[in-house]
Amino acid sequence: MAKNETKKLEYFTDWKYAPAPEATDHINLKKQYDLFINGKFVKPNSGKHFDTINPATEQHISRIAEANEKDVDSAVKAARGAYDKTWKKMPAKERAKYIYRIARLIQERARELAVIETLDGGKSIRESRDIDVPLAANHFFYYAGWADKLEYAFPNRNPAPLGVAGQVIPWNFPLLMAAWKIAPALATGNTVVLKPAETTSLTALKLAEIIQESGLPDGVVNIITGHGPVGAAMVQHKDINKVAFTGSTTVGKWIQKAVAGTDKKLTLELGGKAANIIFEDAPINQAVEGIINGIFFNQGHVCCAGSRLFVQESVAEEVIRKLKDRLETLIVGDPLDKNTDIGAINSKMQLNKINEYLKIGVDDGAEIYQSSCTLPDKGFFVRPTLFLNTSQSHRISQEEIFGPVLAVQTFRTVEEVIEKANNIPYGLSAGVWTDKGSRIFNMTSKLRAGVVWANTYNKFDPTSPFGGYKESGFGREGGLHGLLPYLKF
Amino acid sequence: MERIEVLKTYKIFIGGQFPRTESGRYYPLKLKNNMTVNVSLSSRKDFRNSVVAARSAFNGWSTRAAFNRGQIIYRIAEMLEGRKEQFLEELKQLGYSVASAKKEIEQSIDRLVYYAGWCDKYQQLLSTVNPVASSHFNFSVPEPMGVVAIMADESTALLGLVSVIAPCIAGGNTCIVLASESKPTCAITFAEVIATSDVPGGVVNIVTGNRKELHAHFSSHMDVNAVINCNSEKEFNKTIGENASLNVKRVFTWNKNWADETEQGPYFITDLQEIKTTWHPIENIGVSGIKY
Repeated sequence: MAKNETKKLEYFTDWKYAPAPEATDHINLKKQYDLFINGKFVKPNSGKHFDTINPATEQHISRIAEANEKDVDSAVKAARGAYDKTWKKMPAKERAKYIYRIARLIQERARELAVIETLDGGKSIRESRDIDVPLAANHFFYYAGWADKLEYAFPNRNPAPLGVAGQVIPWNFPLLMAAWKIAPALATGNTVVLKPAETTSLTALKLAEIIQESGLPDGVVNIITGHGPVGAAMVQHKDINKVAFTGSTTVGKWIQKAVAGTDKKLTLELGGKAANIIFEDAPINQAVEGIINGIFFNQGHVCCAGSRLFVQESVAEEVIRKLKDRLETLIVGDPLDKNTDIGAINSKMQLNKINEYLKIGVDDGAEIYQSSCTLPDKGFFVRPTLFLNTSQSHRISQEEIFGPVLAVQTFRTVEEVIEKANNIPYGLSAGVWTDKGSRIFNMTSKLRAGVVWANTYNKFDPTSPFGGYKESGFGREGGLHGLLPYLKF
Repeated sequence: MERIEVLKTYKIFIGGQFPRTESGRYYPLKLKNNMTVNVSLSSRKDFRNSVVAARSAFNGWSTRAAFNRGQIIYRIAEMLEGRKEQFLEELKQLGYSVASAKKEIEQSIDRLVYYAGWCDKYQQLLSTVNPVASSHFNFSVPEPMGVVAIMADESTALLGLVSVIAPCIAGGNTCIVLASESKPTCAITFAEVIATSDVPGGVVNIVTGNRKELHAHFSSHMDVNAVINCNSEKEFNKTIGENASLNVKRVFTWNKNWADETEQGPYFITDLQEIKTTWHPIENIGVSGIKY
């Protein structure tokens, strides 16, 4: 084969996969969920519940309690009571055992949690089964072990818990984000009030059942559900010592403003617009897989998604051709099917937002390329999308879309791509693909982002600190550094 | 006839140069010898110019070898040591007793030497290699935050200033510092020390002026990464926190008694660091393992 001829990738596309649906008959879901306060499920003060639906079918799954300020107050009181009466007095090694128990219970009920996660949130069962749930269990297991070793993490500093932590989490990794928040808070001796996102409350409520089952003292973890105002009331509650938020930069800024001038300690894990950079000497086929995984993992509902692709000009044609080929092979559809690559968009609202950005991209003059796949008739779905010929000033290259949409730019020199990659208010993550070791270290040290993946992308681990620079937030989750936001010295 | 002394015009320090404030404004400061100094009443524009200088200097300073940063901060200590007499006189003119002035200068010098030593050491305290459960090499290291805007301690002329500049630049950041409003002269003389210590222009910028006027600008500028107030002004600190949310600035209140020897340490440096985590796959082919 001549040097410049590239063969079309052979993905055996004529091999159709038979449907391989994951069974749903083994899961236990109640018709209606109340608030988890002080170890019990209690009716919300508002008397109101709202529907949670399956975004892949738009069918009703269950009903979720709408908390109000009074519920927030009783949850915070329960957390304060548990902190003063039991949790802060308990020997650290005993505290650890409860957290270990939670980890084990998640592992034991892993498949049920995975199915519910997929039903409620729309993510593919492959991902909820192999990534979300195991990582959630591992996070508890990892931090459990830290509980009685904090003085080794921070020698001569007398680490002490802050008190009550108010935590607000997003809908993209519902159970995993709950684990990222609760596990380090408990290990460091804090008590918790957690609010999951309104479209994905179910696995957090299942976690509440697991917490009940674990025998964790009442009030140490409280889980309250509802819409934005519930989170706002919690953040502003006077008896909260710590606010931890994962979500959009807009809301994060509102929270930072709301806690200004108080003694509340704050960590924010906000939006991103990561550069994924492909150099001409990169292993191109691996890089293509990395680009696909970088942007289409979890339907692109990932704050660290590699949503800006920078390809070196000399290989741009090849990379883009292969990318288009690969896009065609992605299986979009029923999230419960084990073969599905891209599931449903989490909500109607998010679907509208993504479609709006598709329009903006086209209107701004970028060239759109979409997979020709057929989308299911019902449910919220988007075709995996590439935008070619984009420039730095395009809104689709600057703003977080939070969907399966990749903006592609080309570059010539190392200096140019560093400048372009960093010239953005975000700084959560980045990717670099090259075979040259010295270039990897040059790039990874110059990219202003909290997580840099070199020759890989979207990898997570409980031991590995995660968090942003600049407007992507502050504070780290995971690893030894993830203990810091929950301690005072 | 007795020789007439040549008096110094106190300027501000931006990008390695000594301009007066662009606004032309001043505030009078009466010294103990009854002479009056017309101190620059710096404006928002002076601050913005300082941010531009600090941002331009950031890449060079943050990528400089840590060892070299240590040498430069040590050089500042050397220069200050050589100018002790001048600072002694200035502090006296600001109302310090000889003993307290001497103590403040010596502590300032020692603090610079202390942080010079940290430049190439805090990284090893804060870095980790993370034992991830997949076939990847994964490590986390501290990196400087960027441009830091600091409102220095009002109660001291030199020590409070040095105690915040040193950890900030030791960690590879660049800064804009608002000097004590009531004791500004020493801060400008200290800028002369910095200017002769091989500190690249723009790494440290010092302005004089009014905290009430400038705190809102220090906290709202979109190209500042972190803001520190060393004074316990509840009202200002609330505004600072609110404005900081415009671009998610990191906010610190370092209201310390800087004369206390325990108010120094690596955690002042690490407050102004971001943690970066890097992943790289480890090849996982072949059967030969570690046997010996």
